[in-house]
Amino acid sequence: MATVHLPSGLTQYTGGVETIDIDAARVPELIAALGHRFPQIAEQLGEMAVAIDGEIYQDPGYQLLRADSDVHLVPRIAGG
Amino acid sequence: MTVTKLHIETTINGEPREFLCDSHETLLSALRNGLGLTGTKEGCATGDCGACSILLDGRLVPACLVLAPEAQGRAVTTIEGLSSGDALHPLQQKFLEHAALQCGVCTPGFIVAAKALLDAKPNPSEDETRYWLAGNLCRCTGYDKIIRAVLDAASEMKESAI
Amino acid sequence: MTTPREFKYVGTRPIRHDGVDKVTGRASYGADVVWPGMLHGFVLRSPHAHARIVSIDTRAAEATPGVKAVLTGKDLPETTATIALGEAAIDLRDVGDNMLARTKVLYHGHAVAAVAATTIDIAREAAEKIQVVYEVLEPVTGIDRAIAADAPILHPALRTKGAASPGAAGPTNIASRLEFKRGDVDAAFAEADVVVEREFRTPMVHQGYIEPHACIARCGEDGRAVVWCTTQGPFVVRDACAAIAGLDPAHVKVIPSEIGGGFGGKIVVYLEPMAIALSRKAQRPVKMVMGRDEVFRATGPTSGSRVRVKLGAKRDGTLVAATASLWYEAGAYRGSPVGAGAMCALAAYKIPSFFIEAHDVVVNKPKVAAYRAPGSPIAAFAVESVVDEIARELKMDPIELRLKNANAEGDKAPYGPKYGPIGLKQILEAARNHPHWTSPLAANQGRGIAVGFWFNAGMNSSATVILDTDGSAAVVTGNPDIGGTRAAQAIMVAEELGIPVERVRPGVGDTDGSGYTDLTGGSRVCYATGMAVIRAAEDVRDQLKARAAQIWNVAVDAVGWENGRAIPPAGTEKAEAMTVAGLAAKMAHTGGPIVGRASLYAPMAGPAFGAHICDLEVDSETGQSKVVRYTVFQDVGRAVHPGYVEGQMQGGAAQGIGWALNEEYIYDADGVMENAGFLDYRMPVASDLPMIDTVIIEVPNPLHPYGVRGVGEVPIVPPLAAVANAMRDATGIRFTELPLSPPRVLEAIEAASAVSVGA
Repeated sequence: MATVHLPSGLTQYTGGVETIDIDAARVPELIAALGHRFPQIAEQLGEMAVAIDGEIYQDPGYQLLRADSDVHLVPRIAGG
Repeated sequence: MTVTKLHIETTINGEPREFLCDSHETLLSALRNGLGLTGTKEGCATGDCGACSILLDGRLVPACLVLAPEAQGRAVTTIEGLSSGDALHPLQQKFLEHAALQCGVCTPGFIVAAKALLDAKPNPSEDETRYWLAGNLCRCTGYDKIIRAVLDAASEMKESAI
Repeated sequence: MTTPREFKYVGTRPIRHDGVDKVTGRASYGADVVWPGMLHGFVLRSPHAHARIVSIDTRAAEATPGVKAVLTGKDLPETTATIALGEAAIDLRDVGDNMLARTKVLYHGHAVAAVAATTIDIAREAAEKIQVVYEVLEPVTGIDRAIAADAPILHPALRTKGAASPGAAGPTNIASRLEFKRGDVDAAFAEADVVVEREFRTPMVHQGYIEPHACIARCGEDGRAVVWCTTQGPFVVRDACAAIAGLDPAHVKVIPSEIGGGFGGKIVVYLEPMAIALSRKAQRPVKMVMGRDEVFRATGPTSGSRVRVKLGAKRDGTLVAATASLWYEAGAYRGSPVGAGAMCALAAYKIPSFFIEAHDVVVNKPKVAAYRAPGSPIAAFAVESVVDEIARELKMDPIELRLKNANAEGDKAPYGPKYGPIGLKQILEAARNHPHWTSPLAANQGRGIAVGFWFNAGMNSSATVILDTDGSAAVVTGNPDIGGTRAAQAIMVAEELGIPVERVRPGVGDTDGSGYTDLTGGSRVCYATGMAVIRAAEDVRDQLKARAAQIWNVAVDAVGWENGRAIPPAGTEKAEAMTVAGLAAKMAHTGGPIVGRASLYAPMAGPAFGAHICDLEVDSETGQSKVVRYTVFQDVGRAVHPGYVEGQMQGGAAQGIGWALNEEYIYDADGVMENAGFLDYRMPVASDLPMIDTVIIEVPNPLHPYGVRGVGEVPIVPPLAAVANAMRDATGIRFTELPLSPPRVLEAIEAASAVSVGA
């Protein structure tokens, strides 16, 4: 089960839930599961960058998750 | 239709040249558009950035503030006239060695301005170099390597002159 | 632990391959080309900061002899496409509207029409004949006005996105609101021994690249377009042109010119789709070049801001609590870098409890674009100023205070994930041990230090390495070279193939000549594209080993590789090690040409920190100040070409010093920028600055084969606060508003002395 840390600023829409364990092998399944659980922020979750074990993917695509992956959803960042 | 273009005879980088221009055209425009000498750059067109630095009868001027007809009978030196044959001017070589350029768009102006400095004062101090080049804007380098390149070129040109 | 790799070329300083063209004036930039039959385009711009367009009559312009095409917003299709590009994900409807207004003008200088004619003079004169009827509206000139209850609304359909403030609903100028939080902030502040709170303001500033935007485009009868332009991202331009001009992307080719500076400002399109549309109407190439005033008024500076920061610390210097409220101007359309600012604000420090809120606010000013570490310098100015105040309250050395709270590997970043190997402590220790930090100051001088953080991007990159029969190689990527990346890429190929760096020819491909590559920006080129280059070179090496195996009639796996030579397995008869040149000469007999290629999607390069020490001398009679000594410390992971790494550190510092001391967009009450030229928008010149010393720290980035972390953006982050902290040290005054220009400094000095005289 990957441990997913929700964006701290969105906990007003998650009933205060900050961390949740999700059983998913890849990022798309994980995002889908989160969206199912928290429909209010489903759209926003799909637009976020995903940090998997410290590596931030602006576009997470189909990145694989380990069973004990630590996943953070963070806003996307533009560079100059 | 009346003839509106002016016919100008001038010397550019040591060669006699003639061109046609409008009376209100800048020398920068004539060099770049009429004569194909695009090494002289336009950064502002108001004389504030130095990207179009050229020598007019040996004097450093921004080509954007000179009218093209003013080149009549005078000698113009542009960046294209600095290297001789297959050898770079020492300033050009030192800019390369010191990594004194990043995007490179201000570089021709700096090199021409620095040549004017070294022509007038072969052994300038760092302060003199900084104030002489204060009319040339560079946004990439923070000037450090440019100043080092000019000072190094000055000392090398002095040595080779001995 | 693996032993660190020994490099032969990485870390050396070869002369850049594009250098001779640039010192001789031969290099071709955006405005340097002429195409046969080309027309000149001129843009008519709004004289109002906020107005509804009632009507546009172009008939007189169209009737002018020499005019071949006139364009208004109605000539372009509306698009709903977007290009994914981080926080400022490019909304092409906004980009199209920004390029050429349809129904409303949203800033002074907003384009309303364009003319293509046989000469630029005719185009300009014809543009002046276009009759535009405006219904002038009240301009929203800043954040305070934008968020007032009775503020004029820029976009009636805009609603706050994200973590909206309670009660927020309906039309607004606040485009988004983000929150980041950890722990119980109120309880944490209650336990603090020292609390400092300040509010900071910074004005809009521009990247200030010396080359104005320029392009030339032709669009044929078949709807195929070719664009030559100065850009950081040719593929971004291609996609944007196709969507905005209404072409099939398959029919658009973008050729990047040499680029005369960008710093984030040459990503968005301002001219290219217009040039295509004019060319399509006129059936001739159209060249468009901006003037400097247009660059200031109508491209993308970075946000003006209002930032409130509160920090709490224990007596021993441990930071325990923080709040930050960030308000950034987006300009005319949503999309300021405030989210990144919020994520960067506290990135350096272990603070157990914090609350950060970030607001993106639209105002009647040009739409902001990326500018070097977008969002981070503004946040660092506020936070690092307050950290300096905490150090003063505690009478603690500001480096010791920062070291005590500095994040290290394994600590949790304020935006969530744990840090990998980072060099924050190393740069602070290097600063503490540097002679600059303990050197004596003269009268009227002060010293300041500040740190800065940036993520450094990854994303899409492609590279091709082409081996020639003489054993030399070309390397092609899709990244325009702004600061020496071609030299770095040549070094990488030389390193992998063991051929001299002078025998590698690095090039920038157009959109048909290279694999898809994201833009030159985000400090990503040496890291992400560099990784693609290394892999493409490895691909060539693998093919060479296969050719050697063929020649020797041995298994590929048995062939070794050392110092640029294929090594036969021990005991192979009549086999001697073969060089790249030797193998390349036999290409035609061993299977044909050898081309290596690689393309990849890289995660973000990972966190990078810098620390800057600034000595400032202040003339109390004029308010004039001068940087007298400056040292930059930065963890770059690995410096591939140290000369250009130092150049990035020095150039970023100089830009930040300009932001701190002099640069600002000055507006009148009608929202008209009053200083749209280099005389009055005062960027640093050579006589303003000292030599800028650099100390390169290398904490290798585990994501890159050489450890490259990226370098270009971090150095603009610390200077704002480093300069302001030095000003505080020199004058005793804490300035909370930039720039620290002579009038502002003088006024504050006089006010302070009046107070002390009065007391």
